[in-house]
Amino acid sequence: MQVRGTVLTVRRVDAYYAMTLVAPAIAARFKPGQFVTLAVGGPDTSMLLSRAFSIHDVRPDHGGTVEFVFAVHGAGTQWLAERRSRDVLDVTGPLGKAFPLPRDPVNCLLIGGGYGSAPLFSLASKLKERRCEVDFLLGAGSGDRVFGALTARRTGRTAVITTEDGSLGSRGVVTDLLDQVIHDGRTDVIYACGPMPMLRQITVLARRYDIPVQAAVEEAMACGIGVCMTCVLPVIGSDGITRMSRACMDGPVFRGETVRWDDVGTIPFDAFGAPGWEPRSRRAAELQNGQVRAGDVRAGDVRVGDVRGGDVRPDRAGAGRAQPGSQPGRGHGERRDANREHHDGRDADRDNADRVAADPAHGDRGDATGGAGGSHGHGR
Amino acid sequence: MAVDLRAKLGHVELPNPIMTASGCAGAGRELAQFIDVSKIGAIVTKSVMLSPRSGRPTPRMAETPSGMLNSIGLQGPGIDAFLQRDLPWLLSRGARAVVSIAGGTVAEYADLAGRLSDAAGVTAIEVNISCPNVEHRGQVFACNPDSAAAVIDAVRARTRYDIPVFAKLSPDVSDIVAVAKACVSAGADGLSMINTLLGMVIDTDTMRPRLAGLTGGLSGPAIRPIAVRCIWQVREALPGVPIIGMGGVRTGRDALELILAGASMVSVGTTIFHDPSACARILRELEEELIARGVDRLTDVVGLAHQPPAVTARTLHPNTRISPNTRVRRS
Repeated sequence: MQVRGTVLTVRRVDAYYAMTLVAPAIAARFKPGQFVTLAVGGPDTSMLLSRAFSIHDVRPDHGGTVEFVFAVHGAGTQWLAERRSRDVLDVTGPLGKAFPLPRDPVNCLLIGGGYGSAPLFSLASKLKERRCEVDFLLGAGSGDRVFGALTARRTGRTAVITTEDGSLGSRGVVTDLLDQVIHDGRTDVIYACGPMPMLRQITVLARRYDIPVQAAVEEAMACGIGVCMTCVLPVIGSDGITRMSRACMDGPVFRGETVRWDDVGTIPFDAFGAPGWEPRSRRAAELQNGQVRAGDVRAGDVRVGDVRGGDVRPDRAGAGRAQPGSQPGRGHGERRDANREHHDGRDADRDNADRVAADPAHGDRGDATGGAGGSHGHGR
Repeated sequence: MAVDLRAKLGHVELPNPIMTASGCAGAGRELAQFIDVSKIGAIVTKSVMLSPRSGRPTPRMAETPSGMLNSIGLQGPGIDAFLQRDLPWLLSRGARAVVSIAGGTVAEYADLAGRLSDAAGVTAIEVNISCPNVEHRGQVFACNPDSAAAVIDAVRARTRYDIPVFAKLSPDVSDIVAVAKACVSAGADGLSMINTLLGMVIDTDTMRPRLAGLTGGLSGPAIRPIAVRCIWQVREALPGVPIIGMGGVRTGRDALELILAGASMVSVGTTIFHDPSACARILRELEEELIARGVDRLTDVVGLAHQPPAVTARTLHPNTRISPNTRVRRS
């Protein structure tokens, strides 16, 4: 939905700003993890790119309001911070796929870095409706940059805060305490939103415990609606093929194991369509020689492993289908929960049927399943 | 009063002149949730290549004053997926599909044209010749009249007779008229202009180029005067050749500016990134601008700026009124 949203309030919240817009059509469709984009600077602006912000919360007052949090990084976000009540903004949303919700009551750990925690609170209330236990683990550089510490303490079963300068909670970064928090909370599922290195670390640590991670990524976007191909990152599809997937359409929520965190910012050589890809004619020749299985030759879908004989991503691909019971400490039950959650993600997909139908470039939909929304503040 | 907005894309008639610009609307699907894709003149697809392509590394985009740089690198699923999935979708929605094609060799362009000719429902082909020629030290086809003509010649030869072929020209050349003439001689039914200009941004904090691909294509209102100039020059030299104008169109008035310079159709690109329904809005605004000027037929104002003021009134369609606030001297 692209609507004219009227500014209700712009508040300072520690180091950040929170803006509330009256936008009933967006509020009505919102699911936790989704984001909005805003055109900044007015009609004659020299700033052409829309700014994307994950939705912090929606409320029913004034027919439906949408709240998001942002930091002032540049002229665009500065302009936003200077808006006042009754200003009208051009806003598009809700965009992206939402956090998939577990069907059964499980222990959920919600991890936020900086104002990446913004989308986690509406997620927490949805989880609690499903009788899930919610623990928070929030971190930032300093105390004033931990967004929502108070809300986390009030609404979470537990809330652990870390700051790099030690000004709030314990000194360090969230991943320092992750092991302990997982143990204490008997975590079944992790939801995370924050900078890429944090998401990468969380995914690595969670893999040890065989806990599924739903990670909402921050990627710079230009349009937010899937047309500009700016916000891509390498994601492994359910068919084992890595594609440069759009964070705005296929995400921003991805299953942590499917994202090739170490390769973000690059085009992995085995990615779908990467340079050095077998040209058509040579592939056809290989097909005739039996080097490539017939089933693989659909639309150039060659698995590099098949062609070159090298297993290029043993651990990553393996992580995608973690073996049940591979972790002694975690039994059958948890595994089932994780699967359920996966299913639920598909439900979310179906709800978003129009958007799914609107996806041209990716066959890995079903897998990004986990996926659903939560980009946050890309605003500059 | 309704304005007759019909536009001619070669011999193909479109209901109105507003289209998407290649690379700014995917294959139309993403826009369908914001606009009715059948209501605008045509959807110009993101350039399709023979094989799937992953594009360039990120960051791929940098905002610049009234513009942006992109270095996407033609990421796309390839012609097979396009024909299987995207083209049928566009047709099922009643949209007119202008398919942009890109390749690294003349043969690749020709193959693509052949594939598209075999498929039903392609309204026109726009040839994106701003690609490096892998057989010629990576020199961009569009920068040399001969290589541009070679591509157009091969594409025209393989394209069904009733599908118009448009050559998309780069403004990064010393003589755009020479390239335009070469393309038309080689069989192009029309010309699209302008593609992005090559630019670069260096981040003064990191002291490194902002884009992973180092350079990128500049688009947005920043380049609109260049688009107007290129369209003007080519229209002047080749008055009978239809032109799809693009470059920084943000409002109906901007679209009218390109039309006055000589464009029969206008593509909207970068503006879609901050206003997904821009095409529908610009179409509405263009109609309002024409009504305000007392014009009832779009074709009456195509290239009108080339007419000397005194002649303007006489060469207008007999039904056309010149409103009092238009400054036309009748001598």
